[in-house]
Amino acid sequence: MAEPLVIDVKGMHYSPLNKMIRKAVATGVKEIVLNNVLGQRFIGNGVRGDAKIIVNGVPGGDLGMFMSGPECEVFGNAEHAPGNTMDQGSLIIHGSAGDAVAHSMRGGKVFVEGNIGYRGGIHMKEYEGKRPILVVGGTSHAFLGEYMAGGLILVLGIGNEPAVQDRGIGSGIHGGEIIIRGDVDDKLLGVGAKKVEFTDDDLIRLTPVIEDFCGRFDIDPKPFLDTNYSRIIPASARPFAGKYTWE
Amino acid sequence: MSLGSVPLKYKISIDRDQCMKCMRCVDNCSYGVYRVEDDKILIDSRKCTACHRCISMCPRDAISLQERPVDYRSHPVWTVEAREDVINQARTGKIILSGMGNAVDYPIIFDRLLLDACQVTNPSIDPLREPMELRTYIGKKPSKLEFTKNNGDIDLQTKLTPNLKLDTPIMVGHMSYGAISLPAQLSIAKAVKKTGTFMGTGEGGMHEAIYPYQDHSIVQIASGRFGVDIDYLERGAAIEIKVGQGAKPGIGGHLPGEKVCADVSCTRMIPLGSDAISPAPHHDIYSIEDLAQLVRSLKEATNWEKPVFVKIAAVHNVAAIAAGIAKSSADAVVIDGFKGGTGAAPKVFRDNVGLPIEAAIAAVDQKLNDQGIRNEVSIIASGGIRNSGDLAKSIALGADAVYIGTASLIALGCRVCGNCYRGLCPWGIATQRPELVSRIDSDVGAENIANLIHAWTLELSELMGAAGLNSIESLRGNRERLRGYMLDQGLLDVLKIEPMGV
Repeated sequence: MAEPLVIDVKGMHYSPLNKMIRKAVATGVKEIVLNNVLGQRFIGNGVRGDAKIIVNGVPGGDLGMFMSGPECEVFGNAEHAPGNTMDQGSLIIHGSAGDAVAHSMRGGKVFVEGNIGYRGGIHMKEYEGKRPILVVGGTSHAFLGEYMAGGLILVLGIGNEPAVQDRGIGSGIHGGEIIIRGDVDDKLLGVGAKKVEFTDDDLIRLTPVIEDFCGRFDIDPKPFLDTNYSRIIPASARPFAGKYTWE
Repeated sequence: MSLGSVPLKYKISIDRDQCMKCMRCVDNCSYGVYRVEDDKILIDSRKCTACHRCISMCPRDAISLQERPVDYRSHPVWTVEAREDVINQARTGKIILSGMGNAVDYPIIFDRLLLDACQVTNPSIDPLREPMELRTYIGKKPSKLEFTKNNGDIDLQTKLTPNLKLDTPIMVGHMSYGAISLPAQLSIAKAVKKTGTFMGTGEGGMHEAIYPYQDHSIVQIASGRFGVDIDYLERGAAIEIKVGQGAKPGIGGHLPGEKVCADVSCTRMIPLGSDAISPAPHHDIYSIEDLAQLVRSLKEATNWEKPVFVKIAAVHNVAAIAAGIAKSSADAVVIDGFKGGTGAAPKVFRDNVGLPIEAAIAAVDQKLNDQGIRNEVSIIASGGIRNSGDLAKSIALGADAVYIGTASLIALGCRVCGNCYRGLCPWGIATQRPELVSRIDSDVGAENIANLIHAWTLELSELMGAAGLNSIESLRGNRERLRGYMLDQGLLDVLKIEPMGV
């Protein structure tokens, strides 16, 4: 195993930093450690390959946007829209994240140990083999999974009872599923979302995801391996059908 | 209770003496106007959209079409359209969907602007014998240039930002694969390559058939982020963030599941038959700072090698918004006026929301100049550019280049019937049905569109020559060469032009 590339990014602008990351990945570096990260945006933007990027500190917005392959692990909180339009790979955040986490994400996974802000997983979508996954250990603010077109959002609600208390869950959802620990009050569901029973089959499907998430954060998965979840899916795949008449 | 039927919009008749029963009309009409019974062609005029496909294919000119064959009692307030819309909505309770651009009879400002020409005091230029410089660069221009001397040579020290190089200031605007067919998009792609200009891909990814022309494409990223990944961004010669569209400012887009066929599904990267919904806003842009973040994110992802455009609909505050865009690191602002076309828009938006492009260009150009940041962004104007006169006037009002949309589709056969949203376009343009799509030969289509661009380019050269200008830069923002014809003082002030005779 080659030595990781360690960069002290204190006071560094994001542009030269991303150039260094890109260059390192292009030359075959498999692990990059960024120390003293504080607000640098766009880390790992559009980077391809299978490198691992360790972020020590608090990265700025759009972490891993358009990223296609690498794993990025953050020891700290993340800002606005980590995993935005991400294609493949993973973001593991040992902390909380801001609004629009996993916005329009197309593949890969985003794991947030703590909480997320508004519009988490908005417009996530799936296609063929690509199915994005967003798992949140804590809770989420309003409009979780809005316009969702595919993929999976899982909220475990650790330390939160109920797991999600904000409204607008799945507004305009027309694909994919939102799984929330415990019961979800019907009045929190957005237009176009409906709640269905979480079955044993669902648990079998979800178990690898739950175990993967818990494994990344040293959480015992056993208390989560039951059917005490709410499953929220689209009421219709065509939420706007029937709204229009021809001229 | 029945409201009964409303009168026919169009009446089709066949001159039976002329007709040779070749059945081309029957075969060509995808709306089902014609059918054959007992060797006779029967007509259902109610299904007609005035697309003219049958008329253009009839070898004997035997078909005639009459608009509004039944009179209503004429009334200046309760127009036929107003009455029929009420009847429609009383029946359905739904939003009225319409195709193509604004269909209200607003005065067209272009038609009230007059271009100048030289007489006596300075000579006009003949483009046949003198070069006319139409090359246009889209992107940031440095506010100053710094040089160093190097053994008798001069080296440029200022780092230039990437620009698009156009041989003519006419580009073809964004019409996605999905909204239009692949042969239609391919025709455009081949035409822009031939004429040294660029096309927009629209929001919907890039089909692999377009890859050979990707160096002439501007890839679009809209609120649905359909078909967007790092490969797509890298393919484009430039990237455009679509914030708004002139035909329907403030609302999102919605490609119905019926139009999401296998190939569209693959290009957009969404499941077959699912609705493709673009939300009204980009949900990672809630402020001008967020826009700057997306612009920079796109640049960062593509190594600052591509110009990034931001497209907005022309709305009341267009100048201030454009100034914000100019400060966001964007390289060009695209302004889409309310006469811009669309495959589908709620009629109430199409006909009532937004501003005409002429006023928007002038207001934006002026604001950017006032703030000393005109060099930071190029201005691309679109929405109702019909001919080279509109093109020349747009540039004189301050645009760097224009996008054409509807004009390029007319070059493919479109007759502006406005039924694009039905997916039955008999010209094979706004449809994904294989039997209709195959009606376009992209080589012929490309020839037509290239001819159009070439013809307008020639006319622009002539207009410039007549005005004594030999470079497009001398026309750009040169409002002294425009005069207003029967325009009110308020609008003359906005356009910063004088009335005729001054």
